[in-house]
Amino acid sequence: MSTMHYQVMINGISRSFPGEHRLLAEATVDGDVVLLLGTRAGQLLPSLARREMRRAILVELGTECLGVHTGERWALEGSNVVGFARFRLGDAEPSDLVELVVQPASAPAALEAAKALFEGAGLKTAVCRDFPGRILDRLLRPFFNATLNRLDQGLASADDMDLTLRLGLGYPEGTLALLERTGLAAHAEISQALYAALGDPGFVPARRAQVAKARAHR
Amino acid sequence: MPDIKTIGVAGSGTMGSGIAIVAARAGFRTVIYDTSQEALTRARGQTEAFFQKSVERGRLKPEELPVVMRNLTGTTSLADLGVCDLVIEAVFESLAVKHALFADLNKVCPPHTVFASNTSTLSITEIAGGSGRPDRFVGMHFCLPAQLMKLVEMSAGLVTSAATFEAAWRACEAMGQRPVRTRDQPGFILNAFLVPFNNDAIRLVESGVAEPAEIDKAIKGGMGYAMGPCELLDLIGLDTQILLCEALYGVTHDPRAACPPLVRRMVAAGHLGRKTGRGFYRYQGGAMFGA
Repeated sequence: MSTMHYQVMINGISRSFPGEHRLLAEATVDGDVVLLLGTRAGQLLPSLARREMRRAILVELGTECLGVHTGERWALEGSNVVGFARFRLGDAEPSDLVELVVQPASAPAALEAAKALFEGAGLKTAVCRDFPGRILDRLLRPFFNATLNRLDQGLASADDMDLTLRLGLGYPEGTLALLERTGLAAHAEISQALYAALGDPGFVPARRAQVAKARAHR
Repeated sequence: MPDIKTIGVAGSGTMGSGIAIVAARAGFRTVIYDTSQEALTRARGQTEAFFQKSVERGRLKPEELPVVMRNLTGTTSLADLGVCDLVIEAVFESLAVKHALFADLNKVCPPHTVFASNTSTLSITEIAGGSGRPDRFVGMHFCLPAQLMKLVEMSAGLVTSAATFEAAWRACEAMGQRPVRTRDQPGFILNAFLVPFNNDAIRLVESGVAEPAEIDKAIKGGMGYAMGPCELLDLIGLDTQILLCEALYGVTHDPRAACPPLVRRMVAAGHLGRKTGRGFYRYQGGAMFGA
């Protein structure tokens, strides 16, 4: 990472980098890679100087698609702009995994720069196309909802369900304990957003998540 | 209900052999039955090799090896299971096959013998219905490889007596396993979650969201899981995933349990996973290549 000069611009609170991090500490005042952070990171894109000249512009995403910020046309969209989000469940610390979002014609050099930047800072990357939920939320939210629904249906006790997943699949933490720790209301928010985007009933927030969200907003 | 001292295992495939190892290692007299002498001979050889490794790794004392091997006998005669207090079935996942086996077992086993099925997807109540003793019938789903995995999902059928379930539970604990109680529902806990989850991962590949290796990297890096779903599917076998989907979807009609078309195309192409050298990944020897 030491050979890469990159600039960080922040607009809103960043879920990916909420506190101190090596990646932020080693940023420079200018650079051919730009990291746009925050809930409104994408709004910085139109006014960014020398936009076409940059090797990569990395835009932090929430639940929205990258195309919201770049525009799309005939599935030919793509440029030096790469989306990213560091996976994070609710109130937990962000994980070490950064999902990188590319479009059909994204510049390979931009993707390589994104990988080099994040991996150089000790993080891991996984690449996906520009779809709601990317990889992890798309895979995990229906699983979480199914777990909560099965608990309501009396399939097994919460402890036995978590123990089964830990002993049977080697998960480091049972799903119910994980959701309890990171926040059911936050799960409901993400799952509801994905249900709206994808229309797949697997994303309908489970009853327990809906209850937690209602209580959080009282 | 008398204490369980002798355990029978019907079927000497990978799962049956593993369960027999667990029972014999825990000190139970263990009788393993198969229709094929060749299968029994192979299973005994694999069992001996497993225990030999256990000795080398210090998990079994050298003097214990002949003792645990003496606990274990193989037979091609179903009547030899007549001495068992508990018989665990580990044969092909077919209701008809299991009904036929238990009907025959019911003729040779004394009334106190508890019957158990290792099914991962079929209903315990339905299998018990063809056993002639549905009140003395439980589900005991061991995980692969049974000799290494502690977890056993235990289910009572609708008419299983409390005494039967308790006796089987005690035997499971005495075998050194960790039972969890689950309702008699399709897939119990593990497969009810795992089969749709793996299907969802396959659908991400199908719909072009991400490549298999990227999905695996994301799950391992983001959640700390030991394996990604595509690696796991290659290990399970794509042909097995089809069987699991058919069993689960056939009962639940849950769209997430329906087999994704990509799996059928991969199986048609001979890409079954590790066992054919190609699935979501390519394998050569023990090594894995690309996505």
